[in-house]
Amino acid sequence: MNKELKASAPTDSEIVLGILNNSEIVLKRLYTTYFPMILQLIINNNGNEDDAKDIYQEAIIVLYNKIKSGEFELSSKLKTYIYSVCRRLWLKRLSQMNRYGGDIRDFEDHLPVDEELDTHNDRDIQFTKMESALQLLGEPCKTIMEDFYIHNRSMQDICERFGYTNADNAKTQKYKCLQRLKKLFFQQK
Amino acid sequence: MSDNLILELIEQYLNGDMMPEERVQFELLRKKDASVDSKVVEHKLFIGLMKQYGERIELEKRLNAIHDEIDVHTLKEELMIHPNWIVSMWRHHHSKISVAASIAIFAILSTLFFTGKLNNHDSSLVQLRDEVSRIKTKTDNLDKKTNSFINQAHVKPKITNPGSFRGTGFALSSNGYIATNYHVINNADSIYVQNANGESFHAKVVYTEPQYDLAILQINDASFKDLGNVPYNFKRSFSDLGEGVYTFGYPGGEEVYGPGSLTASTGYSGDTTEYQVSIPVNPGNSGGPLIDDKGNIIGVISAKQTQVAGAAFAKKSAYLLKTIQNIPSDSLSKSLTLSTKNTLAGLSRPQQLKKLKNYVFMVKVY
Repeated sequence: MNKELKASAPTDSEIVLGILNNSEIVLKRLYTTYFPMILQLIINNNGNEDDAKDIYQEAIIVLYNKIKSGEFELSSKLKTYIYSVCRRLWLKRLSQMNRYGGDIRDFEDHLPVDEELDTHNDRDIQFTKMESALQLLGEPCKTIMEDFYIHNRSMQDICERFGYTNADNAKTQKYKCLQRLKKLFFQQK
Repeated sequence: MSDNLILELIEQYLNGDMMPEERVQFELLRKKDASVDSKVVEHKLFIGLMKQYGERIELEKRLNAIHDEIDVHTLKEELMIHPNWIVSMWRHHHSKISVAASIAIFAILSTLFFTGKLNNHDSSLVQLRDEVSRIKTKTDNLDKKTNSFINQAHVKPKITNPGSFRGTGFALSSNGYIATNYHVINNADSIYVQNANGESFHAKVVYTEPQYDLAILQINDASFKDLGNVPYNFKRSFSDLGEGVYTFGYPGGEEVYGPGSLTASTGYSGDTTEYQVSIPVNPGNSGGPLIDDKGNIIGVISAKQTQVAGAAFAKKSAYLLKTIQNIPSDSLSKSLTLSTKNTLAGLSRPQQLKKLKNYVFMVKVY
């Protein structure tokens, strides 16, 4: 399977277009094409396969968000870009774990990717805040919020699902939930 | 207007669900009321964050699904840079190896302990030490022997100890010729003569007659002045038995008077060149004058080994005179004129000795 996928490595512009078009196939090909490279980097620098998975997925998310936001310019090979992001992420992780010996065994060329990581960091903080705010919110508010704002379900669907007798009650409930969620979100530091 | 209603309007506005008239109305409200405007902005941002959150959750789900299809384990085996077998063996088995090593060390130590090999008072060690000290003693002895041998071979002939090789000499003439025994000055590096006042003068050997055990020295020291007329003369004929004789010399570094008498006309083993006298003499007396009661020199004490207690031997003065005659004339820088005048005759013994004192020397040989 692996060899087959490698043989059909997608071109960089194919990937960018595919992500913009939400192509599941392209995402899969992207993922499987470069994962071995990152696995090699991590396991040979004091990491295990789970670390590799975390780091690689984080890098893919960085790339994905960058492409989706329309800021991505293909100035270098995608391979180099992914490798550089992963390398930076792994160095950061190593120093957090006090496992960084000051040296890293490299397998590819790499670029400075500070800007990417700064943006990613901000997003990451927001993500964590939202995650814990939703966690604190509890049911049924959490599901109502997710269904309405994230999955774009209609109020009718929600009414049926939660057994509200009329849409006004549901709206009032939704409004209360949103207020609480905002409060929880902005209270966090 | 309640917050609830405003929120609904905002949502409708952001979702584009409003009728065109409603929309215009709402935009007017937004412009008029800053709090409504900020609520719109805030809500938009927050909804955006929620959407981002949702997207990310979704994306992660998709990525995990993809990841699950990858055979990570096989891939890992392929990509791992394998360290050499020693390192990997250590990594996998280091605890076992450590335990094994500790047990081995403990076993060895305890075996050594119980068999007594760790004991410092090991008998073989003591034997070895004894052996070493025995060898050391042997070497020391050998060293001593060698040293004494070397001393005998080299040091003794050079005569570094002045005490054991002192002799006596007496003046032949006023200008510094002195008679002594050949054996006193034999092998000497340098010779000094010292008078009764303690003054030392350097002297050289002018002539030796080993056959008679006689030697003639000459004082060649710059500080030396004339001795004055020698008070005794030299008897040419032989003296008779029973004649009272005495000697004067430095057997122990001090001037010693030795009285006695002539007891035989031949010396040791019938040596006709010597008299036998009954004077107690010591090796330091060698070369001293043998004087009769009248103040004539009748011989030279040669103090050779005395077989009988109280007996000594002296060279007869005739042979001394013969020796003086044998001196080649070119070895004499000054004339050697023997005194013929005896100023000792008729004086009492202490007075004779007082005069004599200045003409008898301690001979120091280096």
